[in-house]
Amino acid sequence: MSEPSLAGLRVAITGGTSGLGLALVRRLLDEQAHVAFVARGRKGVERACRERPDACGIVGDVSRKDDVHPIAIQILGALGGLDVLVNNASSLGPVPLAPLADTECEDLELAFGTNVLGPFRLTRALLGALAASARDGRAPLVVNISSDAAINPYAGWGAYGASKAALHHLSRIWNEELAAEGIRIVSIDPGDMDTPLHSLAVPDADRSQLKSPDLAAAEIVQLIAARAGSPSGALEIAR
Amino acid sequence: MIPASVAVQRPVDARLLVVDDTGCITHHRRADFPSLVASGDLVIANDAATLPASLSGIHQATSSPVELRLAGRRSNLARDVRRFIAVTFGAGDFRTPTEQRPLPPTIRPGDVLQLGPLRARVRNVLGHPRLIEIDFDGSVEEIWEGLARHGHPIQYAYLGQPLALWDTWTRIASLPVAFEAPSAGFILDWRVIAGLRARGAIFATITHAAGISSTGDPDLDALLPLDEPYDIPTSTAALIDATRRRDGRIIAIGTTVVRAREDAALRDGDVRPGPAVATLRVGPLTSLRIVDAMVTGQHEPGTSHYELLRAFQDDEVLGQAVREADAHAYRMHEFGDSLLVAKRNAKFKMRTAKASVSVEESPSPFAF
Repeated sequence: MSEPSLAGLRVAITGGTSGLGLALVRRLLDEQAHVAFVARGRKGVERACRERPDACGIVGDVSRKDDVHPIAIQILGALGGLDVLVNNASSLGPVPLAPLADTECEDLELAFGTNVLGPFRLTRALLGALAASARDGRAPLVVNISSDAAINPYAGWGAYGASKAALHHLSRIWNEELAAEGIRIVSIDPGDMDTPLHSLAVPDADRSQLKSPDLAAAEIVQLIAARAGSPSGALEIAR
Repeated sequence: MIPASVAVQRPVDARLLVVDDTGCITHHRRADFPSLVASGDLVIANDAATLPASLSGIHQATSSPVELRLAGRRSNLARDVRRFIAVTFGAGDFRTPTEQRPLPPTIRPGDVLQLGPLRARVRNVLGHPRLIEIDFDGSVEEIWEGLARHGHPIQYAYLGQPLALWDTWTRIASLPVAFEAPSAGFILDWRVIAGLRARGAIFATITHAAGISSTGDPDLDALLPLDEPYDIPTSTAALIDATRRRDGRIIAIGTTVVRAREDAALRDGDVRPGPAVATLRVGPLTSLRIVDAMVTGQHEPGTSHYELLRAFQDDEVLGQAVREADAHAYRMHEFGDSLLVAKRNAKFKMRTAKASVSVEESPSPFAF
């Protein structure tokens, strides 16, 4: 069976200038989706826009409450609506990683701000647009990028793991609550990838053992395509 | 009535004054709105998100401070964001009542306005020195970024604190095209929408660029509402059609929804999907073809919103509703209490068991 086309699908991705986010931007554009991406640094956004002028780059920090609605306005201004939101921007909390007993409260707040409150606020700001997409029969989807650290208690990954656990559970509850609105919210563990975030966490990792962000992006795009092709169908999500 | 001076969209004590089709007036808790709808009703709201449409800056020719309030646009297309109609104000901000604001400098075609990161060129002055047509410089993305980062929601002096954008976005806010909040929609949250569905009602939306409500100048105010672009989704047009066929009732959340739908019906005799611009002014002489009842705020006689109520009920009933609202200290304006008004002699009977004058009483369900 051929994959459904993503032509015209309106997708927004946070953390879109490196790692998995950038790989998703490239792949979704190749599939002819309309793509807006968000990142904190203007230079990174401009660099990615030079590479892919067909994408709309937005400068903003999802962990900052005051940035969220300006980001949402620019996403909707760029895409004229929204079908898929990928909350990908993530913070490790303390860098280098630290045991919880040595984690500063501010670093824990940063992890929760970026990994939980940011996705919560941005999703809520865009929920009206996603519900409008559902009323148009377009099968809206929110993909929250999680981690196996959300499930397993890895020593040293306290701030990151606890915040991703919160995001994971938030996704599951929200998905139950929004079923009647026709909006799906899923949380996905893309696996250990060779990304700037991973090298911050584990600087001496054997990169040959890590998954390429391109491969993870391909899997997520497949999931998005399955949802776009089957508005009422169930999503099979590998964990 | 008293102005609602605190920006809370859904205060727990919010009330709903109901004027049924016979002119009978009852008081309800606003949270009980779902209990007033019946199976098969079509409830339609405006899902426009609110633009940060107040832009402060400098009129370059005179170096004078100026505030622009964006007030009109040709279409709701996201790419069509260069040209706007705007109302100008002089120095100051929302804290000064609009009618007491200093006049802006004389603005001429070709003048440049620097509004934070945004640069606008005046194309035309539109029949009033404070009503202008502008073009923003820059790319579409730069214009959206400038609006998002520099703009503030339009607000008035009865609210003491500056509004954040999230204060003005309804729960269902989708495309940012409204110049002021489509505030009748504050009655809705996701729980209420689920409650409507649980009653067997159907929920649908249109997207209507709700305009500005007041300029502080009677001559300018007389031009309101300006033409307002709207979009009726295919799904909504189909639901309106199906509801009319089976003689079902259509309840509009907000004056903008009434204006868009009656404008669309006037244009085509039927409601067709797609984009259009509402030019219709709904008033006492308007014969409502589509809408059977409307939820709106508490409005004072003399305003364009009140004029729109006159399409639903005669002046005697509306006068009584205003006296009831006054007697029970209903709150006005966008964060105030609400009014549900049915069209007189509507095709359905909206019967209340008895007029309950206390909000402590449980709401009387309407037998439609």
